[in-house]
Amino acid sequence: MFRKILIANRGEIALRVIRACRDLGVRAVAVYSDADQGSLHVRLADEAVPIGPALSRKSYLNMDALLEASRKSRADAVHPGYGFLAENPEFARACEDAGIAFIGPSPACMALAGNKAKARKHLIKKGVPVIPGSEGPVATVAHALDAAENVGYPVILKASGGGGGKGMRIARDAKSLSEVFPVAAGEAKAAFDLPELYLEKYIEKSRHIEVQVLSDHFGNAVHLGERECSIQKRHQKLMEEAPSPFVDAALREKMGDTALAVVRFLGYTNAGTVEFLVAPDGAFYFMEMNARIQVEHPVTEMTTGIDLVCRQIRIASGEALLLSQEKIRPHGWALECRINAEDPDDGFMPSPGTVEELVLPGGAGIRVDTHLYPGYTVPPFYDSLICKVIAWGKDRPSAISRMRRALFEVRTKGIKNTVSFHAKILDHPDFIQGRLHTRFLEEL
Amino acid sequence: MTAETHVVKSPLMGTFYRTPSPDEKPFVEQGQRVNASDVVCIIESMKVFTELRAGRPGVVKRILVENEELVMKNQDLMEIEID
Repeated sequence: MFRKILIANRGEIALRVIRACRDLGVRAVAVYSDADQGSLHVRLADEAVPIGPALSRKSYLNMDALLEASRKSRADAVHPGYGFLAENPEFARACEDAGIAFIGPSPACMALAGNKAKARKHLIKKGVPVIPGSEGPVATVAHALDAAENVGYPVILKASGGGGGKGMRIARDAKSLSEVFPVAAGEAKAAFDLPELYLEKYIEKSRHIEVQVLSDHFGNAVHLGERECSIQKRHQKLMEEAPSPFVDAALREKMGDTALAVVRFLGYTNAGTVEFLVAPDGAFYFMEMNARIQVEHPVTEMTTGIDLVCRQIRIASGEALLLSQEKIRPHGWALECRINAEDPDDGFMPSPGTVEELVLPGGAGIRVDTHLYPGYTVPPFYDSLICKVIAWGKDRPSAISRMRRALFEVRTKGIKNTVSFHAKILDHPDFIQGRLHTRFLEEL
Repeated sequence: MTAETHVVKSPLMGTFYRTPSPDEKPFVEQGQRVNASDVVCIIESMKVFTELRAGRPGVVKRILVENEELVMKNQDLMEIEID
């Protein structure tokens, strides 16, 4: 086991990793930018190292500063959290070159998983079902139009370089495809510094369902069931649940087997997520592999009782995964609401500022992962996620009802947040019935 | 010369950028003529980028904030001398 782990992140996920470290008896080193001196992750870590100015580019994305902090604090491993450098193979390689273990997959595997067009091409050859689309990237509008003719409209353009909805555009005919192509390429260039796009058939009323996997360095791999993440705003997840109200035992087994095949084909190690698009007829297609711990991991922890972050650390330290697929028996239902510092009454405008008053929910079945405390100032420099409320119940209705209770208990003053918006979703008849698809919120 | 001045204000707290990306040229320079619909700067708040437009046609008289500086809601950013 490691002696000391440096956490190359901030906010709630930094706290999450610190907690896992403490559970395992490993020392945790926090890093912080000038804007985060008063952050909870700085206070709750065993040590904290400043890494630069507020702007991410100069601190949390600054590899040299992070490597220097790791050396200075004599950390023997780095946990990247999610976002920032979590899926940057160059950073993973730099850590390894410096003799520091990177808690995640190998740099080579991360590079393959990270280039979505390449990963897709690789997996098609292995027989993994993918959405019909272009073979690799589409370099020009003409190339895109050809590919769209082949698969049939509507189609969706996606960025090879990453997700989060950036560079993503739906086109229902050739005219609109020609129009959105340059826009999508421009967005992809701005977001990922790579204008490369690929094209897929767009499937109406589809769901986003993903499978959590764990894989060690000895060829042992298990899946921990699925998460339904169809409640999205501009392709960003807002609410997740496990299991999916759509998936039955037979489909779960098929999706789980496919996810494990993807793990094998990519040579993937550590915790990861295989994302699928699921059509209304139950057909499912590989979308991408997320080579990191995900924001929504707690719903899987609640239903399986397996601590995913501890498992990540143990796998990276060279422990064998002593978990057999038969022993993983998820039970009950878990929901997660991602509370963002945004104003739902003003077009989800970012709402940084000082949290003057704060009451967080509690009671049976509720877990809250947050870095907020009364008096904390949410800086404008980073992501708007301020709190994750997770509710567990014996079945879906009881999880929903506990989540309603938890959201009712949240009290804040000073910043706007999305609690009221989440509460509205929970009361929507289609949500209650589990009739979800990725454009659910757009069609509200 | 008593030209009227229009002030571009920040609609929210965030980071002020004069350039579309770190290694590109500024949207506008002092003394430059702009149309009402020209983008003059970007405010980034919580990873959301908001482009601000001149709002009125004229000449950029003063840029009141440094690139990458933190600005508050309603803070004055630029003065435009209206035609």
